[in-house]
Amino acid sequence: MSSTPQEHRNAPLPPPVSAQNSSEGNDQVLIAIRDLKVHFDLGGGTLLERVAGGARVRRVVKAVDGVSIDIYEGETLGLVGESGCGKSTLGRAVLRLTEPTSGQVLFNNRDLARLSKAEMRGERKNLQMIFQDPYASLNPRMTVGQIIAEPIETFRLARGKETDDRVRDLMETVGLSPRFIKRYPHEFSGGQRQRIGIARALAARPKFIVADEPISALDVSIQAQIMNLMERLQRERNLTYLFISHDLRAIRHVADRVAVMYLGKLVEIADAKVAYDEPLMPYTKALISAVPVPDPEVEIARKRIVLEGDVPSAINPPSGCPFHTRCPYRIEACREVVPPLVEIKPKHFAACIRISPEQPYIEQVAPGDAPGLSSTGRVIAR
Amino acid sequence: MSEENGTLLSVRELRTYFETEDGTVKAVDGVSFELKRGETLGIVGESGSGKSVTNLSLLRLVPQPPGRIVSGEVLFNGEDIFALSEGEMRKIRGKRIAMIFQDPMTSLNPFMRISKQLMEITQLHLGHTRAQAYERAVEMLETVGMPDARTRARSYPHEFSGGMRQRVMIAMALSCEPELLIADEPTTALDVTIQAQILELIKELKRKTGTSVILITHDLGVVAGMTDHIIVMYAGKVFEQATTRELFACPGNPYTKGLLRSVPDPSHEEGTELYQIPGLPPDVARLPPGCPFAPRCERAEEICRREYPPFVQLNHDHHSLCHFAREVYDKSCHERESRKPAQEFTLNAPQSDSPATEQNQ
Ligand SMILES: Nc1ncnc2c1ncn2[C@@H]1O[C@H](COP(=O)(O)OP(=O)(O)O)[C@@H](O)[C@H]1O
Ligand SMILES: Nc1ncnc2c1ncn2[C@@H]1O[C@H](COP(=O)(O)OP(=O)(O)O)[C@@H](O)[C@H]1O
Ligand code: SF4
Ligand SMILES: [Mg+2]
Ligand SMILES: [Mg+2]
Repeated sequence: MSSTPQEHRNAPLPPPVSAQNSSEGNDQVLIAIRDLKVHFDLGGGTLLERVAGGARVRRVVKAVDGVSIDIYEGETLGLVGESGCGKSTLGRAVLRLTEPTSGQVLFNNRDLARLSKAEMRGERKNLQMIFQDPYASLNPRMTVGQIIAEPIETFRLARGKETDDRVRDLMETVGLSPRFIKRYPHEFSGGQRQRIGIARALAARPKFIVADEPISALDVSIQAQIMNLMERLQRERNLTYLFISHDLRAIRHVADRVAVMYLGKLVEIADAKVAYDEPLMPYTKALISAVPVPDPEVEIARKRIVLEGDVPSAINPPSGCPFHTRCPYRIEACREVVPPLVEIKPKHFAACIRISPEQPYIEQVAPGDAPGLSSTGRVIAR
Repeated sequence: MSEENGTLLSVRELRTYFETEDGTVKAVDGVSFELKRGETLGIVGESGSGKSVTNLSLLRLVPQPPGRIVSGEVLFNGEDIFALSEGEMRKIRGKRIAMIFQDPMTSLNPFMRISKQLMEITQLHLGHTRAQAYERAVEMLETVGMPDARTRARSYPHEFSGGMRQRVMIAMALSCEPELLIADEPTTALDVTIQAQILELIKELKRKTGTSVILITHDLGVVAGMTDHIIVMYAGKVFEQATTRELFACPGNPYTKGLLRSVPDPSHEEGTELYQIPGLPPDVARLPPGCPFAPRCERAEEICRREYPPFVQLNHDHHSLCHFAREVYDKSCHERESRKPAQEFTLNAPQSDSPATEQNQ
């Protein structure tokens, strides 16, 4: 069957995406995200725009715009993309720290997006977050002990002396001396504050943690310490991470799979090492080629794809493929067709009309061709 | 002195201290290096190691108090920077030595059109008339790749993205064709894609103008592709100095080795655990006796905690501050030989010119 782009767009919502197996072979889905959208309504446009467009003109930021993906138990799913692409909003919407506009987030067979506030509070202890700037996320007037104890008390997981023991345990687990239990956040270095943030996130014994740029503000040597700590905790506590970072080297190291986001949409999903070594979608190729490699011999020999310009505004995103304004491979059709996320190779999904399962390598596609438009590839998201 | 390929900048035994409540912070403590005309020097090290203060000292921009240049000599084109009057120094700053920072907003005036900010520089330093300065401003914005430069010159800084602001900063820095450009973490706040644009721009402008560059960064990937020489700083001291190739191929200092190994990178990957330098960057107000890195060092022995290490020459242009410099160096060179060749990354680039041809159709 050869389907036109319109057919793709009108295709029924894809079945559960169970074929996106995690690399470990563990296919127990912990969180299933279905066509999730988070749109921020900024109200009317400028006066001129309102006069021109009448009352219908509203400025809407489509921060997350139809994301579908499964997150497997025990895996680390890396989420990358330039700033402003919607990574934080997606992470927050999954935990319902930001209200989704539509779509589903299935956890324990329940749709988090539809739980009442009270029901959500019950699930909250399973779902925690680690932030980029631990300083901004820790109450400066509370001691480390109080900060870590708070979730234990909120969820009534322990009392009195037992709480205190748990806090000390947690501090040791994350590599902080319990001697510092009465100190305040400002008395710690950036790396130590990140350890406090991690201890707090662990306190309620969660199953799933969204880590939003947890190492971006730290020195390389400290980044390595925090990544190793998070990996060890994952093994010991069977944690599942959504690890958001713009550092592709770090993502390749910590993540099992990686999802690449551009202007609110997922544009590529693959095993982390595969995505890094053999990206298929032009945006991922450009992102990876921009990463400087700490080896002068490689750097000198290397041909780099330098993208022109910045990410376009999320208020008026480009038509068709959101990446077409900067894509070195674009053709006329890219302006019109929204590329679906297609399984190009086993467990490797990409959204680009110029590739298909039969012709996965865009470099080898004949000039002007768009094999994706007539391919039979399995579509997992529009 | 100032012939082709001669020494442009020579820094000798520079010491810059700060008086703080915690005592004397020896932010820069005996730093020496040389920069040849047309070359790029990278300065790397963890935060607080003294990279920025070193460069502020060269321009005599250290806030005083609490800071104080205690001793040392800086020769720029053979001229003793510390012996100049403040008036003479102003003629060098911005004209012959220009600086760009991590956050362009700290050096841009938010209430002034960027054209005006660019014009002020050439009016001051090159005696341009308003009309000349305006043309130069537009020309510089075009040079740094600002689309639609003539119109956008009238914008205010907040109307630009981070990457564009950094381009404006570079346009300002290069508008008097300085002999030396100091770039202090110019891409740290930017996305990798925008970082690649800015680094390409600096490379290209360097090729055209022959400007020498000091590039300060904590990213070893950035220095690998951009520099000829590197100095590695730790606790206000130069721990290692070498040509870029040599430093990456055969690091002669355990600190440098640790930094290199903590970067997750496919061609350096050994196990699943990433190497981590234990402990925290040092508190410069309370340095231990002996080697300042000893408390975090894998190789440290009794002598390291007792005696300050020597600055050992390892090769024609390679020095390392370590009691075991020679041993560390030999071991690195040996490991390098037995390591599998670095991965080729060219497969990620589009093949020849096919995409461009398509776009023209
Ligand atoms: N509360 C909000 N109100 C309006 N716009 C927002 C809000 N939060 C985020 N945005 C916008 O949504 C887009 C995605 O932002 P974000 O999720 O922070 O991206 P990232 O984390 O990838 O940098 C951006 O254009 C941002 O300006
Ligand atoms: N104005 C100042 N007052 C007191 N200490 C300072 C000041 N500026 C820098 N320092 C100290 O000097 C040391 C080196 O700082 P810096 O050169 O900025 O490090 P880097 O650029 O390598 O991160 C640090 O310990 C810092 O705290
Ligand atoms: S669909 Fe077109 S514009 Fe989008 S990535 Fe593919 S080639 Fe580029
Ligand atoms: Mg974010
Ligand atoms: Mg600095």
